[in-house]
Amino acid sequence: MLVMLSSPHMHGGDSLRMMMLTVILALLPAAAVSVYLFGWLAVLLILVCMLSCLATEAVCLKLMGKSLTTLLDNSAALTGLLLALTLPALTPWWMAVVGSIFAIVLGKQVYGGLGYNIFNPALSARVILLISFPLQMTTWIIPMSAATPVVNLYDLSTCLTLFFAGPDALKLGLDAISMASPLGHVKTEWTLGVPVADALAHYHYSYLGAFLGTEAGSIGETSVLALLIGGVFLMARHSITWHIPFSYLATVAVLAALFSGIDPDHFAPPMFHLFAGGLMLCAFFMATDPVSSPVTPTGQIVFGIGCGVLTWSIRSFGGYPEGAMFSVLLMNCAVPLIDHYFRPRVYGHESGRKS
Amino acid sequence: MPAMLRNLAQRLGMMAHSFDGGIHPSDHKLGAGLHSEPCPLSPVHILPMKMHIGEACLPLVAVGDRVLRGQKIARSEGYVSVPVHAPTSGRVVRIEEYAIPHPSGMGMPSIIIESDGDDASDDSLEPITDWRNTDPALLRERARMCGLAGLGGAVFPTFIKLVQDSRFPIETVVLNGIECEPWLTTDHRLMLEYADEILTGLAIIMHMVNTDSAIIAIEDNKSDAAEAIEQALALRDDLEGARVVLLPTRYPQGSEKQLIYSLTGREVPAGKLPMHIGMLCQNVATARALYRAVVRAEPLTERLVTVSGDAMPRPANLHVRIGTPMRYVFAQQGLTDFEDVRILHGGPMMGELLRHPDVPVVKSTNGMLAMLEASFMGGHTQEQACIRCGHCSEACPAGLVPNLLADQCRSDQFEKAESYDLFDCIECGACSYVCPSNIPLVHYFRYGKGQIAQQRREKSFAEASRLRSEAREMRIERENQARAARRSSVRKTHAPAAESTAKTDAAGDSAADKTDEGSKD
Repeated sequence: MLVMLSSPHMHGGDSLRMMMLTVILALLPAAAVSVYLFGWLAVLLILVCMLSCLATEAVCLKLMGKSLTTLLDNSAALTGLLLALTLPALTPWWMAVVGSIFAIVLGKQVYGGLGYNIFNPALSARVILLISFPLQMTTWIIPMSAATPVVNLYDLSTCLTLFFAGPDALKLGLDAISMASPLGHVKTEWTLGVPVADALAHYHYSYLGAFLGTEAGSIGETSVLALLIGGVFLMARHSITWHIPFSYLATVAVLAALFSGIDPDHFAPPMFHLFAGGLMLCAFFMATDPVSSPVTPTGQIVFGIGCGVLTWSIRSFGGYPEGAMFSVLLMNCAVPLIDHYFRPRVYGHESGRKS
Repeated sequence: MPAMLRNLAQRLGMMAHSFDGGIHPSDHKLGAGLHSEPCPLSPVHILPMKMHIGEACLPLVAVGDRVLRGQKIARSEGYVSVPVHAPTSGRVVRIEEYAIPHPSGMGMPSIIIESDGDDASDDSLEPITDWRNTDPALLRERARMCGLAGLGGAVFPTFIKLVQDSRFPIETVVLNGIECEPWLTTDHRLMLEYADEILTGLAIIMHMVNTDSAIIAIEDNKSDAAEAIEQALALRDDLEGARVVLLPTRYPQGSEKQLIYSLTGREVPAGKLPMHIGMLCQNVATARALYRAVVRAEPLTERLVTVSGDAMPRPANLHVRIGTPMRYVFAQQGLTDFEDVRILHGGPMMGELLRHPDVPVVKSTNGMLAMLEASFMGGHTQEQACIRCGHCSEACPAGLVPNLLADQCRSDQFEKAESYDLFDCIECGACSYVCPSNIPLVHYFRYGKGQIAQQRREKSFAEASRLRSEAREMRIERENQARAARRSSVRKTHAPAAESTAKTDAAGDSAADKTDEGSKD
């Protein structure tokens, strides 16, 4: 065995496997909420995404003549889980598979595998799916409908039918079980000239519901509480630092506060922004993906601010109701530049740096 | 705690200064409670001609010569160098290339002495008991001729730093008793057992650099050592300006630059030395060695070595004669089978992995660790892809971004690596220690630094050759012109023309000589 001759000859014991596993563990509260809200549909979606990601990774490694032991680093499993949590509950099985293949092949392996991808793999797959299948990707099932009389999501066979054959097989009209997301609703109403406050009232929007997870959305993004628990766990385990989530969320909150203060009819309040859509999931799990985010603390703050500005801008002015994923992907492109310009001050050097 | 908050707290005086980054490796200080003991005299001693940073020495003895302990057996060549002394009495049996403690297993011309068992000393050196009234220059010469080099591990010739320079007066002497490397316990034991010798050494240093302020820096995992030093300090009346500072245990607290920052909140500017900000750092072991050299007239022929490691049957802190074969030292503590054992020279963070124990203990040997092959590095030897987690950057005490630097070094982008301040890396190994992908970052930095140094050498050599050849072409040209001038004006003014040609020739040659010298540096 070739052993490094160079010091140090001691290791702290951190490993890729454990780091990835930590993130998977941190996602468990959100996954649990998704199962509670969407029953077997969530289970099926998570399983299919994780397994397809692992299978795709295995095929890629095989094709490139690399060792399959790389599968054990848990990164493909994590990508699968992340992707699943960003999908609506009614996503059909084949779309989940296609998304997983996108995530691993186009999101990661084409760049050279783990560590070399520019974009977050799960997020890029999610965006590819959104652009390719806009209808399915914005059809939100009513949460808590798990036990509603229309359709019982705690029943495995119902969910298997829904997942593999689609709602038509159950003779269910989409309208019967689906609804708009809060963000989508506000955006639509706003284009019709309805003030934000009225739109939210029509929607019966509840901040508590959004915090706990009972407003419509992708299976893993509905519960702010579950995601916060995961995020705090990640920070406590030193998997991520506060820089990106804090600067990201703070930027969105500050912008929303500022503009909703000036024009409350057109701009949604900060709480609404913070609790809505994929922001929490993106702030704690997507933007903090180490591979596609800046390395240095200052860079991470800049990155977070960038994500925040873009998210708020897309939500407030863009064509899509939700901007969190796009903004993270856009900021991913800027990472090499951020890394270059926001390096820490080196010991013994003056602050202010030559480029 | 976030760096910004810490910074603020430090500025407000709510918190002591603390260098950025760093790690908390488990310290494995098995030897902390073990009283130091002498290592039995080895039958053979091997003295490499270079045990310090700088230029190698030249042997003063021949095969067959009888030598005494403390006798100078090799003289220093050049300024940055200190002589070598016989560690015991005996006979020079061979002068030949012998393996030194280096990962490459490389050798070095060495004097090999067979002990006669008498251990008779050379008494020609006079003790300087009245050092307080002795010219610092004389004391400095004593430090040089006794072969003193920094015993913390860097082995930079001690006398060079012990100088009064009117441009850079030393305000504060820092006595480094941090010993932040895991496993090592030599400084710890010295402070516990030889506090007074260390303090006298400190007083001599302070006298030599003409300051009355000193800080003895100790990590808080050695509070007993701090107590011992404080007690010894209280009994003296000559060290009123010296105080003990207990610093939090964090690697690499003992690194000179980081230590100065932790103590004073000031940084040594890049490319500068501590003396440029009025500081002088010496290791506690070096201070004790200085005391021995001055007051007891003992050249450096012995040092305290931590013999430890998870494969070591009986860990110990041994006073070992310099030149003693490591195999012999290990054998004294019960280790004779080196199958499945890895040997480290120094601590695990900055020490060297040795190929075999058939190398001598040298002046830099603060530790000899025998580690089990099976548990080596905790199995973290397989390099994986960097996921840019930034842990290396957080751990770096120099403020570098190690993963970017490693990428640049690995892909031979040396100019870029230099602009990312590669040469500010102190090779402490904190980055590699925390890397979840087991990337040997420091290894890449050494590679990069080596390649850049090589390129610089080649460039300056090429530049010198170019200047030489240009000078030669100019000279030939001038000679031709002069010859032509002489031919065209045979009768008139030929003598002054010839004289001026000779002058410019000489100038051209000396310029070429100068660049030639420059290339050797």
